[in-house]
Amino acid sequence: MTLLQACDVSLRRGDRAVVAAASLTLVRGRVIGLIGPNGAGKSTFMRMLAGLQPPDRGHIALLGHDMGRISPTLRARQLAFVPQQGEPPPPMPVRALVALGRLPHGQVNAQAARHPAVARALAATGLLDLCARPASHLSGGERARMNLARALATDTPVMLADEPIAALDPAHALSMMRLFRQQAGQGKGIVVVLHDLVLATRFCDELVLMDNGAVIRHGPATQVLDDDIMRTVYGVTVRRVDGAVLPWALCR
Amino acid sequence: MRPAPNALLLNIMLLAGVAGLSCASLMWGETRVMFAHAVADLLAGRHGAGAVIVGQLRLPRTLLAIMVGGTLGLSGAVLQGYLRNPLADPGILGVSGGAALGAVSVFYTGLMQVSIAALPLGGLTGALCAVVVLMGLVGRGGTLVLLLAGAALSSFAAALTALVLNLVPSPYASFEIMHWLMGSLTDRTFAHVWICLPGVACGTLLMLSAGRALDALTLGEDVAESLGFRLHGAWGIQTRIVLGAAVAVGSCVAVSGAIGFVGLVVPHLLRPLVGYQPSRLLVPSFLGGSMLLLLADMVVRAVTVGPELQLGVLTALVGAPVFLARVIMLKRTVP
Repeated sequence: MTLLQACDVSLRRGDRAVVAAASLTLVRGRVIGLIGPNGAGKSTFMRMLAGLQPPDRGHIALLGHDMGRISPTLRARQLAFVPQQGEPPPPMPVRALVALGRLPHGQVNAQAARHPAVARALAATGLLDLCARPASHLSGGERARMNLARALATDTPVMLADEPIAALDPAHALSMMRLFRQQAGQGKGIVVVLHDLVLATRFCDELVLMDNGAVIRHGPATQVLDDDIMRTVYGVTVRRVDGAVLPWALCR
Repeated sequence: MRPAPNALLLNIMLLAGVAGLSCASLMWGETRVMFAHAVADLLAGRHGAGAVIVGQLRLPRTLLAIMVGGTLGLSGAVLQGYLRNPLADPGILGVSGGAALGAVSVFYTGLMQVSIAALPLGGLTGALCAVVVLMGLVGRGGTLVLLLAGAALSSFAAALTALVLNLVPSPYASFEIMHWLMGSLTDRTFAHVWICLPGVACGTLLMLSAGRALDALTLGEDVAESLGFRLHGAWGIQTRIVLGAAVAVGSCVAVSGAIGFVGLVVPHLLRPLVGYQPSRLLVPSFLGGSMLLLLADMVVRAVTVGPELQLGVLTALVGAPVFLARVIMLKRTVP
């Protein structure tokens, strides 16, 4: 079943095409890795997929409904979004901030904090021990896990995460990617922006490679990340270990 | 998890404080009256001296202290939450400056001789004009546009107010204007209450309706929008907050003059007591602002030596050191 579909969406800022006729189809049970060099347009494309940035052209559908016409509340119940860089959180307890994920369902304060989805999200992200701590005291990686937990607490069929593992240590990064796979195993669809090509290759069903605002290739990692593409798009040579792609040396 | 701060208990305590201070405000004054007799006369519709003093002088002043203090506290809490800026206060919108300009223009043109309501109506007109300009400038722009538009409007209104002060022919009128600008609730009547009430009621409802969105905004605008809140657009959260704060604060400044520090200090003092959650801060800030202004107004009435102390001067005198103490405490707790 198709959960989220973007068809030829474009966005211009001045003379520059930030996103140029990009398309993506997310079906139930799949993890899509959105990859590409810095400035490729990944974050803008993610904001468009999340319904936060209307495209100049093209069409986005969430569970068959036109994204532009769907109500913000209904959209929030179907799609959770973890932006790239959250603001420094206030000194509210972690559990209270994770419970904000229940807002689209009309649940607030104690009712939201007691919801089983909040407890599941805290457990899945390894934050149960930190749930009473003021969020302003968390490290960068812990904040990233808290933002992910907030999105998980909404319990939506679609989840979009923009560089969720950028601030995580290897163990937590692996743990998060495994969590995405588990969520997909439960029937959710996930799009995740990644720079770690090893984890992208290992954990994503499909990779969508962007450069200069356009989707230049999509499909299984083995098809997307060939040597030519790595050289022309990223400007690096690669080595392959057990199917994983390791950027090795600059070729420019 | 630590038990959540009991917001209900805090609200009950603050409400009791407002009720207690309101009673004290009705009893307190230069002229001693038998309060019980005055209230009995008021309820029976008799026009004894005590009933007149309590019903027509102290009651409107008390009601205005509740409304003005509450509005300043609430709008400070809402604006600090919306802008994620602890230095935001109601004056940041520039509407206070517009109200002051409107009132000062009434002084300048001599219209205040026409009716007791001319001054607050002039202030209200100035505030509403400033609201229209502010909303036009902000449009669909974000918080940065709002801050810049507020700063521009505030500076322009201050410049025009200075121009009026410069051009005013009589030193006596100049003194009157300066005195009014310092903020006061002295000699206010029910006419002032009725002029202030609609704006305060509508503005308060608009601001309170934004509580949940303010919670969501603690994690940034993208998160708030992804949680289903429409921030921009005709009836977006920004419109509700800016319109609500501007109309309510404008109405208050029109009747009381500019009273500083209440909107800045009260949310800061109460924030730790509500677990730093913006939506839980709104009602306590209204009640806390009311309490602070009721108390300040009683102190102003108690100081009988020398010229009358203006309310805005007292709130600034008390507010600035309290704010400094809060800053020092914050420095100690920040890792």
